[in-house]
This record gives sequence, structure tokens and C-alpha cells, in this order.
Amino acid sequence: MKDLYLVYKNLTRKKMRLFLTTFAIFIAFLIFGAIMTLRGALNSGVEMSADNRLVVVHKTNFTNPLPYSYVNKTQAIEGVKQVTHANWFGGYYQEPANQVVTFAVDPESYLEVYPELVVEPTQRNAWLNNQASVLVGERIALANGWKVGDSIPLSSNIFSHKDGGQTWDFVIAGIFSGAEEKTDTSYVLFHYKYFNETQSWGGDNIGWLIITTLDPSMNESVAKAIDSNFANSNAETDTSTEQAFNKAFIEQIGNIGLIIFGVVFMAFFTILIVVGNTMVLAIRERTAEIAVLKTLGFESMRIFKMVLIESCLLAFLGGLLGLGAAYLLIQVASEYLARFLPNLVLDQSILLQALGYMLLLGLVTGIAPAISALRLNIITAFNRG
Amino acid sequence: MSSQNLFELSQVAKRFTKGKETISIFHDLNMQIKEGDFLAIMGPSGSGKTTLLNLLGGVDQPTEGQITFDGQRIDNLSEGQLAKWRANNIGFIFQFYNLMPMLNAARNVELPLLLTNMSRSERKQQVKVALELVGLSDRASHMPSEMSGGQQQRVAIARAVVSDPKFLLCDEPTGDLDRQTADEILQTLQLLNEKFGKTIVMVTHDPSAAKFAKHTVHLNKGEFVKAEELLV
Repeated sequence: MKDLYLVYKNLTRKKMRLFLTTFAIFIAFLIFGAIMTLRGALNSGVEMSADNRLVVVHKTNFTNPLPYSYVNKTQAIEGVKQVTHANWFGGYYQEPANQVVTFAVDPESYLEVYPELVVEPTQRNAWLNNQASVLVGERIALANGWKVGDSIPLSSNIFSHKDGGQTWDFVIAGIFSGAEEKTDTSYVLFHYKYFNETQSWGGDNIGWLIITTLDPSMNESVAKAIDSNFANSNAETDTSTEQAFNKAFIEQIGNIGLIIFGVVFMAFFTILIVVGNTMVLAIRERTAEIAVLKTLGFESMRIFKMVLIESCLLAFLGGLLGLGAAYLLIQVASEYLARFLPNLVLDQSILLQALGYMLLLGLVTGIAPAISALRLNIITAFNRG
Repeated sequence: MSSQNLFELSQVAKRFTKGKETISIFHDLNMQIKEGDFLAIMGPSGSGKTTLLNLLGGVDQPTEGQITFDGQRIDNLSEGQLAKWRANNIGFIFQFYNLMPMLNAARNVELPLLLTNMSRSERKQQVKVALELVGLSDRASHMPSEMSGGQQQRVAIARAVVSDPKFLLCDEPTGDLDRQTADEILQTLQLLNEKFGKTIVMVTHDPSAAKFAKHTVHLNKGEFVKAEELLV
């Protein structure tokens, strides 16, 4: 502890160098925090997937509809516990730019298949009993300032209303929350039956099926059984686990993992060279001072630790500032991107990873100069000076 | 004043290997330094003055022979043991002061005390006393770059005596100073020797500086010689 002041003074002795090095680390951890949060948001659907949930879509393309009759046929397959279905509505609120992810679902079975959607019993009943009502996720409700009892018009950019126009008027029957922080609550649910009856075309079709199996170990056999059952029909199916489905959905953008690894690796590799070089130069400049400290009686191991602490402090200084900036950036971005990336949250796991990388950066960049300080011979150092 | 030997060098040899060549600095060197002495070591460049100083200061070890300090052999101590021994027993004063440029005078003086178990307040008190001793109490918060060479050397003296070592090693302490300032520094060293009983060994090229010491020895080619022999 007594040496901390000395470490601090060494760290801050060249203000411009400290600023530039800290800034470089700051940028690296800003990128790390933002990119990892983005990855987390993109992957949250994958992470939050239930083990025993399967998704059944049209084999040709998941945007193709499936016949409604598949609901009962699927229910009859061995190993299937529950079946529900959903249709993409393509909704927006007031203006096309204000998109609202909206699904037409079978209310009762949907809530059973998705137990992580938490609704107060009175609101649940209100929704079940009113076909022209919607159940709204709390995040989208918050974003639009909606509350229970509000009347909201939702328009579709795909479907038309039987009475003309593309707008459906709904009453908010309830607001659902998530069982976990990462549970997606940025969408709206309404009755499939109401949708089917009021739309002008494409009736008795569903978008996709979501089923639960009796046990996750049965997932593969159930998926095969479903796809075999509908093989050689007009609408062949492709069944996969919810996790695989969500992952494939995200990877339409590209190999997110590889892109993120590439960006983070390049940022850290560059910083490693910059900071490592700075530390080596900084310690080399202090050769005579280290020799003086050793002459006064400072043991080599003590100086070794001081150099390592200095490089770690530098890494944590820049790293924490960068992470703080990433947090602020994400806070701002999450307000604008709530509808598309509902789980844009810099969570604890990213924070812990970042702290780990800061420590690693500090140790890796400090180890070479620390060893040279450890090995520094007093006489050689004075002769060099 | 005690007449006990503080340092004893017995049959000390020091050799360096440079490539295939072995360079001998000392061969069979014997020396005693009495407690309370103020000894000046003079000699031409390459005579072995600095090597002798390094051996006395425990920053280098002899190839052969024994070095005893206050009855304890130091030639066979490990690097870590020597560091502790230096911290407890030796105060160093260098030609170019060697102050830490990022620390103010008080913090520079405090450095050796970081190696003790003293509390911060005890250290501050001790630093204050040391700076008063060298007449720089009003410069405690000044950075080395804000002080003259003489003032910096006085800070270095305060740093050397702050932990109250028995022995002070001075390597050309006035080599970088003008005559008047050099004399002031040497008077301070004299004071430390006479009033505070510090044993001092000072390496110098300067005969005027050597006059402040109680004794002067001359080194030439690794051997003690009479002053007249150096002129030959």
C-alpha cells in the first residue's frame, strides 16, 4: 500500500502519454462493451430459449404460411405436450416508422407454451374474454406510454381489414412482464381468431407452430416425426429447436460470432501493442530511478510488483472509462432501438469479462517491463545512465 | 569516539570477465574503516574507487575475500538480504543526486522510510527532521526541477540520513556543484560526521573536497598507495 503513491506518481508523470494510452484502452473497451452488448441482445432469443420448445415452419421459407389444420395434427404426435401457433402481423402504431412487433396468437395455449410471460390473472382473463383486445409487453408499453384500458390503433403493412383499410382498433387488456430481465417484452399479442375473421385474405393459415415436448430428450424424435408427418404434402415442414431456430434467424445477418470476434480481436491486439510498447519505453526511461530504488534497499520483487500494478492500473483506468462510456452509449441507443433490440443491456457477465480482460491486458503489457526491472543490475544501470 | 572497526575488507579480490578477457580490479585488498571515521578515497579514473564503493555499499560482491560490517559478513548475503542490509545500514549520496523527478523533496526523502514499519505520521515527522537538518524545511513541497543543484544534493543527503543509518557512502557528492555550494555540502557532511557520529566514505577527484575528511586514502590500479606515488 505504501508503494501505491509511488506507482501513482509514475503513472501520471507524463500527462500526455497517460492521456493517449488511456484513450487507446478507453476505445478498446468502449468497442468491447458495445459490441458484446449488441451480441448479447442479438443472442438473447437464443439464450432465453426453452429446452423443450420446438418451432415448426414451412420447409421452403419460414415466411410461407402453414394450414391451420396442422395444429391438431401436430398435437396428435407422440411426445408433443402442447401446441400453439403465431402469425406475423407486421404492425405499426400511428406511423409506419413506429413499428410494433405484433403477433396473432391463440391466447390460452400461447401463454401456456410461454410461461415466462407474466400477466396478472385479472388482466389475463380480460384479454382471453375480449377478442378485440391486445396483451402488450411492458417494454413496448413503456416506449409508447400505453396503459391498461387504452385504445390503440395498430396498422399492418401486410394485411388489410375486411372493412377496408389496414388498421385494427384494439383495447389494451393487459401488460405482460418477463420472468427474467432478458425476457423479451417488446411485442404485442392479439387473438388469432379475431385476426382470421377480420382480415381480407389468407384465412385459416398460420405463420408457424410452437410446440413443447414432454422431455427435451424427445426433441429430436418429435421433430423428425412432425416433419415425416407432413412430408410430401403441399406444405412440408422444417422443425427445429427454438434455440436453433433463433440462432439461424440471427445468422441471416452473417456470422455474428465471427464478426464480433474479429472486431474485438483487432481492437485488443492493437491496444496490446500500443500499451505494451508504451510500458516498455516508460520503464526503460526509468532505468536509473529503478537502480536508485534498488540501491536504497527496495527489493527486486517489490519493484516487479510496482511495475505490474502500474500497468494494471493503466488498463483499469482506460478500461473502466471505456466501459462507462459503453454503458452510457447503450443507455441512449437502447431507447432508440428498443423495438428491434429489446435486450440491449450491458449485463453483469459482460462487465466481469471486461474486468478480466483489463486484468489480462495489465498483466500482459506489464510483464516484460516488470521482468526487466526485476533483473536490472544496479551497476549496469548506473553505467548505462 | 569509538575506535572499533565498522568495515573490514580482508583479502578482497574483484575480477570482471569481458568477453574472453578477465579484468582484475582488486587483488588481495585489505582495509579497515573505523566507526565515526570520515574517509576520502581519491584516485585517477579506473583506479577502482567506484568498485570499492559498490563493494562497501553492498551493491556488488567480491570475487574472493571477506567483507565484514559491524561484525557481520556481507559478502555472502543473497541479493534480497543485501537489499535489506542496505536499507538498514547505508545512506547513499550520488554525484547527480538521483532524486525521483516526479516526487517532491519530502516524498523523495521519505523513500527509505517506505522500507520500514513506520506509520505515515511517523514518516512525515522523520522527513521534517531530516529536511531541517539540511536546511530545506521550506522546500519540502518543491519538485527537484524547481531546485538548484546544491539544494537537490541536500535533499539527497536528507534522504540518505532519514532512516538514521550508521554509514554514509558518497560518490563524488560535489562533482556537479560550484565551489561555494560544494563547500556547503561538505560542511553538512562534516556536521553529520562530527555531531551525529555518522561514518562516511567519500569518493572524490577533488583534493579540496578531500580536505573536509578526517583521512584520505589513494587508490591506484586497485591498490592503496601514498599520495606522492600518484604523481609519478
